[in-house]
Amino acid sequence: MSATSRTDHVASAQGAPAGVPSLDVDPFSAEFFEDPHPIHQVLREAGPLVWLDKWGVYGVARYAEVHAVLNDPLTFCSSRGVGLSDFAKEKPWRPQSIILEADPPAHTRTRAVLAQVLSPTAMKGVREHFTAMAAAKVDELLARRSFDAVADLAEAYPLSVFPDAMGLKQEGRENLLPYASLVFNAFGPPNQLRQEAIERSAPHQAYVAAQCQRENLAPGGFGACIHARADAGDITADEAPLLVRSLLSAGLDTTVNGIGAAIYCLARFPDQLARLRGDPTLARNAFEEAIRYESPVQTFFRTTTREVELAGHRIGEGEKVLMFLGAANRDPRRWENPDSYDVTRRTSGHVGFGSGIHMCVGQLLARVEGEVMLAAIARKVAAIEITGPVKRRYNNTLRGLESLPITISPA
Amino acid sequence: MPSIIFIHPDGRRQQIEASVDESAMQAATRHDLSGILAECGGNAMCATCHVYVDEGWLARLPTMGGDEDALLDGAAAERQANSRLSCQIRLAADLDGLVLSLPDRQT
Repeated sequence: MSATSRTDHVASAQGAPAGVPSLDVDPFSAEFFEDPHPIHQVLREAGPLVWLDKWGVYGVARYAEVHAVLNDPLTFCSSRGVGLSDFAKEKPWRPQSIILEADPPAHTRTRAVLAQVLSPTAMKGVREHFTAMAAAKVDELLARRSFDAVADLAEAYPLSVFPDAMGLKQEGRENLLPYASLVFNAFGPPNQLRQEAIERSAPHQAYVAAQCQRENLAPGGFGACIHARADAGDITADEAPLLVRSLLSAGLDTTVNGIGAAIYCLARFPDQLARLRGDPTLARNAFEEAIRYESPVQTFFRTTTREVELAGHRIGEGEKVLMFLGAANRDPRRWENPDSYDVTRRTSGHVGFGSGIHMCVGQLLARVEGEVMLAAIARKVAAIEITGPVKRRYNNTLRGLESLPITISPA
Repeated sequence: MPSIIFIHPDGRRQQIEASVDESAMQAATRHDLSGILAECGGNAMCATCHVYVDEGWLARLPTMGGDEDALLDGAAAERQANSRLSCQIRLAADLDGLVLSLPDRQT
């Protein structure tokens, strides 16, 4: 890893533009997945704008620039893909998302539909059930004492509430996590993770495509609510399945990794578990802080729609810019003691859910799931001990664990 | 520099200094005011910076957008005729002395 300013190059598709520090960092490598934080620091300290030689893209890792790019969606667009692939030059691997990979004004209409389906009012409708399911899950795990916190908790709990809330059939749900993993791997470069995920994707894609159809979605679920917006004329009948697909793509693996991050934090920092136990109303903030601290969604790209100046450098049209959300969430320019997990921290402004018009539309659902699970733990669990090797799961976009063996004791 | 007076649920009044280029929510979080969570960071997506605007000031605030209106329906504390999201109150010199009451809960 090195940070060198290249002054012998002019701006070109092949090399670093003059004055922009060029780094040989690969944010889609095993080294990065295992421990991104030292690499984040190199990226932040190299400058407000860097050039990633390996993939020929710009990168921003400081909070101010990440926030600025997220909040200028007309200059830094999403419609050319939020992964490395530029849809202006390459066919998307699946039909393009009409919300994630769209710009205003088209985005405004579809976004309004999902925002309504996942509104604070809608959350009041699921909260009681989600709370009861979280309590039951923690009781079940307390009876077992020792288990894998990834499979048996971080995955099991969202799987026990989200597919039902969507209105999905029982059959085929085992496709949901592989499909989400595929979607998030596909934002990355054409490395082995992405290629293999796409090669194996046919059955998962077929399952998801079928579940997006109206007849496969139970009345009252989020899926049916989206289709009802087509009846109201807010979207067309052809658009409704694509918006259901967005929730199936981004509504499960994200909360799995968010809850997994929170459990991993509480297991590593017993003083913070003690504070949470002392005041279970901190549960919601303890979850939010875990999102800041671990940033389950690490990176997204944007593409420039015009020549633009960023942090004193000129960026041409059609350039990919990679935003390091995880690095921004630990930028010492923005956060005090950024590397400490603090359940009482004022977390407002973190970019773990993004920022601006594309900020996670399911953030309220994620917070309900995270809060009620951590509240159940705060009330019922006295201690969490890591009892075996912690294994990292590799994904081009998502940061999370493959395995977290723990033993818990009752309060 | 406009100042804002926040009234806490227990009746305590807290005056904070704000800037003309920020929202009432941003001023509140910058001063670490309890009672304003702003979980979404000011993107009008969460309804956790809910305030009740003093009647005398209500008409002088920027008009409520559709997003804000819909979000307020789902706010944790009861919505009232003077409910607003503080992230949508952009401060200006003529809002000096604005009085905002805090609800008893944001989640």
